[in-house]
Amino acid sequence: MEGELAQMGKYIGAGLAAFGLGGAGIGVGNIAGNFLAGALRNPSAAAGQTATLFVGIAFAEALGIFSFLIALLLMFAV
Amino acid sequence: MAEEGASGFQIHPMDQFIVKPLFGGDHIAWYTVTNVTLWMAIAVVAIAAMLMLGTRRRAIVPSRSQSVAELIYGFVYNMVEEVTGREGVKYFPYVLTLFLFILFSNLLGLLPAAFTTTSHIAVTIVLAMLVFLGVTILGFVKHGIGFLGMFWVSSAPLVIRPILAVIEVISYFVRPVSHSIRLAGNLMAGHAVIKVIAGFATLVVASPVVIGAVTALYGLELLVACVQAYVFTILTCVYLRDAVGDVHH
Repeated sequence: MEGELAQMGKYIGAGLAAFGLGGAGIGVGNIAGNFLAGALRNPSAAAGQTATLFVGIAFAEALGIFSFLIALLLMFAV
Repeated sequence: MAEEGASGFQIHPMDQFIVKPLFGGDHIAWYTVTNVTLWMAIAVVAIAAMLMLGTRRRAIVPSRSQSVAELIYGFVYNMVEEVTGREGVKYFPYVLTLFLFILFSNLLGLLPAAFTTTSHIAVTIVLAMLVFLGVTILGFVKHGIGFLGMFWVSSAPLVIRPILAVIEVISYFVRPVSHSIRLAGNLMAGHAVIKVIAGFATLVVASPVVIGAVTALYGLELLVACVQAYVFTILTCVYLRDAVGDVHH
């Protein structure tokens, strides 16, 4: 009984931790959307900024990946 | 996971990431040849073959294999020069090695029945820690104790500088963690998603949809494999710029 309860808590916690990835999705979409909006206004400057775009996406995504890590830890390590 | 098979409908999306010894036995020591070792070796051999066989003839009008090798070389060279500046070009061989190894591991992992070495945090954390330690040591060698000035944001008002310094220090030490988990997490999640969707094919009604979905996801994973290799490399360049460039912020 105790073990089942603990396992249930683990799975609920993992599911809750997965919410964090939604935030990363919003962040990445925000960056890509703003990049596109800027690029359409000034297409000639867009090509030089793709590196910045990817770095920005990577940093935004990193924080979402942390919550993914928490979910994985709860599922497999705790 | 899922030790107790409840019904006939079972999906084991994480089974593909199990490290197994190649030549029998269950015990895994540091010298055991496992499927990770095998696929890393295949990646290294493939890279060597691509670069050496491709550039063997060194024709003025490049053949197909030669232009692939030249394209990748030029792509990474331009990236290093653009992001880290002229000073960073010295470290171009290391960046190219990282890029090719990650790219080939990602792409080879997409072959059916292959093993994705970069989906393991144990593999990626080594790559990320080497970058982190290398950049830190290089920064101290180049700038001496002045490298710590990176944490002291001189463009901010004096009152909030100590707070910013704490945040900067934390974000500096989180770098190897996010650097490695981004790569491993993306690949692991992508491959697990393909497996989960493919598992739905056991429901006969769903199988035509599943075939389409798996094909689409496979295309997406090809993109992810290339983008993640690119992201890992460009972040390496960004970190390198902190060490070799001016300590400005």
